[in-house]
Amino acid sequence: MRLITHNMLKCHVKNCTDPDKQFPLRFKDVQLEQIEADRNDEFLVRMLPRIDWAALLKTAKELNIELPDKVPESPADDGEFLSTLHTVILETHVKDGSMVCDGCGHEYKITNGIPNMLLAEHEI
Amino acid sequence: MSRPEHIAPPELFYGETEAKKYTGNSRIAAIQAEMTLRAVELLNLEEDGPYYLLDIGCGSGLSGEILDEDGHIWAGMDIAPSMLDIAAEKDVEGDLFLQDIGQGMGFRPGTFDGAISVSVLQWLCNADKAENKPRYRLQQFFSTLFMSLQRGARAVFQFYPENDSQVDMIMGIAMKCGFTGGLVVDYPNSKKARKFYLCLFAGQTAPGQKQELPRGLDSIDQRNDSVAYTDARIQNQRRGKKTRKPVKDTASWILHKKELSRKRGKEGIPLDSKYTGRKRKPRF
Repeated sequence: MRLITHNMLKCHVKNCTDPDKQFPLRFKDVQLEQIEADRNDEFLVRMLPRIDWAALLKTAKELNIELPDKVPESPADDGEFLSTLHTVILETHVKDGSMVCDGCGHEYKITNGIPNMLLAEHEI
Repeated sequence: MSRPEHIAPPELFYGETEAKKYTGNSRIAAIQAEMTLRAVELLNLEEDGPYYLLDIGCGSGLSGEILDEDGHIWAGMDIAPSMLDIAAEKDVEGDLFLQDIGQGMGFRPGTFDGAISVSVLQWLCNADKAENKPRYRLQQFFSTLFMSLQRGARAVFQFYPENDSQVDMIMGIAMKCGFTGGLVVDYPNSKKARKFYLCLFAGQTAPGQKQELPRGLDSIDQRNDSVAYTDARIQNQRRGKKTRKPVKDTASWILHKKELSRKRGKEGIPLDSKYTGRKRKPRF
């Protein structure tokens, strides 16, 4: 799973509705993998408003990845920024480990890059 | 037509062997590819650049490969682990999730530019477990999907409805969850080629701008490189022409079979004579 998708993902357990806690999911004992991908600046600029920067920063800190604190004012012209962004959100894959929700404590296990999002009967 | 959703729940039906069979079958792959292309066409994405898409029920990544070819960034979800393992083995570029779509999904509002789904929706109409209520599951699914789409984005589902009431139920719940749109039927006059696409719009692209439901294709001639079906054999039979294969259990069929076995190097094939495959006298 790429970090861009992790940035879109919140806990979907039924009674877990605290918006501050259900997102972002906290990584636990994860193994990362870098897989190269083609860079498309237009796509990155278009996706920027959808990305929750504070959450991405928090995740990056957990995983010891360097990221600028703020999005530059004109990201479209900042080649260096786009290149870092591309490496972080589209080339960094989470291979194994788990994601934990701070609200309800549900642990989503990740095996072979595939998170298990299945819920138990009482969580639907 | 056999309906796999009547046999077992999807995560069990698509076990290791069935998943391999499904992915290895070139006919299924060709049909899936054709339907995926049509679904992407119905999404009505603008030309520029890749989009962030959702593949609902991605399975072994047959549809994902098409999205990869178009350069889109996508996330896919499926409930069958064996299918996902095959997708992971194939190194598809999308992010895969093991997820039951009937439980809803947890994406933030406005995440995706569109969603496609090939041959999945009919599975949701089945109650495989005591706690599964199709209506509730459909509602969970459509309401969370509506949230996760950009305003004005589309979701296109190719599916095999069992009957009209199933279509009504699915569409009714989708409309309740905020979607507009309707059913697009391709080749309505051909029993074999007929395909149903549920084309849903999540709101309007701009205020006051109404989205128009695309029209279905209606003649076979419009398909160019689709899977071909010919009834040449049946037609030749009617015209009294010889088909390639001899009719079973006749002398010429037996001779043909024996010849084949000899060619393949089998031993102990009886010699041909005037008695080979001859009809016996009626006996009382």
